[in-house]
Amino acid sequence: MQLDILTICYIAASVTFIMGLKMLSSPATARRGNLVAAAGMLVAIIGTIFLYKDENGNSLHNYSWIFAALIIGAIIGVVAAKKVKMTAMPEMVSFFNGMGGACAALISVIEFDYVFRTAEKMQTLHFADSVATGHFLAIAAGAIIGSISFAGSMVAWGKLNGSFKDVVFKAQHSLNLLVFALVIVLAFVTYFATNQYADYFFIATVTLALIYGVLFVLPIGGADMPVVISLLNSFTGVAAACGGFLYNNKAMLTGGILVGAAGTLLTILMCKAMNRSLTNVLIGSFGSKENTTSGSATTNSGSYKEISISDAAMVMRYANKVMIVPGYGLAVAQAQHTCHELEKLLEDKGVEVQYAIHPVAGRMPGHMNVLLAEADVSYDRLLELEQANDALKSTDVVLVLGANDVVNPAAKNNPASPIYGMPILDVEQAKNVIVNKRSMKPGYAGIDNDLFYQPKTSMLFGDGKKVLQELISEIKTL
Amino acid sequence: MEAALKWVSENQQMIYIVILMIFLGIEIIGRVPSVLHTPLMSGANAIHGVVIIGAIIVMGRAAETNYLALILGFLAVILGTLNVVGGFVVTDRMLEMFKKKK
Repeated sequence: MQLDILTICYIAASVTFIMGLKMLSSPATARRGNLVAAAGMLVAIIGTIFLYKDENGNSLHNYSWIFAALIIGAIIGVVAAKKVKMTAMPEMVSFFNGMGGACAALISVIEFDYVFRTAEKMQTLHFADSVATGHFLAIAAGAIIGSISFAGSMVAWGKLNGSFKDVVFKAQHSLNLLVFALVIVLAFVTYFATNQYADYFFIATVTLALIYGVLFVLPIGGADMPVVISLLNSFTGVAAACGGFLYNNKAMLTGGILVGAAGTLLTILMCKAMNRSLTNVLIGSFGSKENTTSGSATTNSGSYKEISISDAAMVMRYANKVMIVPGYGLAVAQAQHTCHELEKLLEDKGVEVQYAIHPVAGRMPGHMNVLLAEADVSYDRLLELEQANDALKSTDVVLVLGANDVVNPAAKNNPASPIYGMPILDVEQAKNVIVNKRSMKPGYAGIDNDLFYQPKTSMLFGDGKKVLQELISEIKTL
Repeated sequence: MEAALKWVSENQQMIYIVILMIFLGIEIIGRVPSVLHTPLMSGANAIHGVVIIGAIIVMGRAAETNYLALILGFLAVILGTLNVVGGFVVTDRMLEMFKKKK
């Protein structure tokens, strides 16, 4: 009877996962969708703790351990998630994803330990004699995928918060393939090894899988991290599903596979938003050293002109229509509130202000929307790529705030450029372009930007927040 | 060959679920606007935190003297909870931003 209630809990959880994911993909219902899925998760967790019975009908024990761990995890989780800055969201997601991967891997390791002890007791010669193939496959797959996801997510996390740099070296992809092949081979060796050595082989498998996870993410450029995180996210889903196979648990299976499939599609959609293929992201090493030279092939590195704060203020104050193009620089400078202030001030003076949002501006798709929303910028001021490009034709002044690659004309007219083919914001159509950057250094993709050298463009150097504050006080005096 | 067939028939429920979920997963998020890519990724991230159920089961089954399993299981439950709780809270925070000005 109790078991049936648990089954119902799991069914309910599976349904909420599906509904939650569905609701998350539409702006109106997204927030509720998240809560629905969370409620389902709670039901599944509580149900498992109190109602679970193993094959022999024994309830779970070690309750004090379980609750202690739940409480510790929940406290750290809430604090971390509440404290994290809006700019650091992608890192945070990557970090949590890594935790899930590690959890899946640990489950497999413990299950292996359990199976291994049983095998030792049975005193069979070969490990394979005492384990069902399917069971071992689920253990191995969970351990390998979970480890890759954990190690990869940690590297992605480190890269986004700046503690890791891209590492590219010769024959990197061949090495990666070799390591991956070795992981698979070792998993097989574990299965067919004698009992004496099976555990050593298993440890080697997991260790190499961790190394592979690091190697896999290392060469990928920081600008592509969201795509990688999304991919690792779907990996963790699959690893969770392996756990579902282990315990014949349908909630884990549904949740895991659902995320695995949806995550894979989401990864592809993200690539499409940047007009690139997944292979290109994973193997093309975008923004790597090999490509930088070809990007700057159009030798336009002539002179650029600077503009003073007062001139910039003047131009904007007497414009009819100003378009702000935010980028990662705005997020780094934490200038979203100041930016909103500038917008309100200009509006008060009768200038029409809008924002042009490139889908991949910042470090993750939707990054700018989240950031500006935090500063209370009204939703209908945000224009998406196509609307923005139409509106740019009638715009007097474009203010580019710490964006670079998303306004780089090389994406349109330089086939040699690594970002060629990516849809960009055509800021050149406007009458004037003011670019705020800290220096002339190239953007995240590491490519030069012709836009900065065009006669229409003037550069306004300095930290985004400081420059905006100065602009505000200057405009107030006009 | 026989072993594989046996495995399929023993696990046919699970295999059905896997196949249906793959199609469903692709189907339900097929038309997501790019603005929602990140919250959706984050929400999916929280959902795969369901792996915590496995961690709880492992932990609850471990023998009281098996310290390796106890310690690893304890760690697994902590990490899994982090994934679930952190994931849902972060997603909610992101979506809260979207809601405010509507």
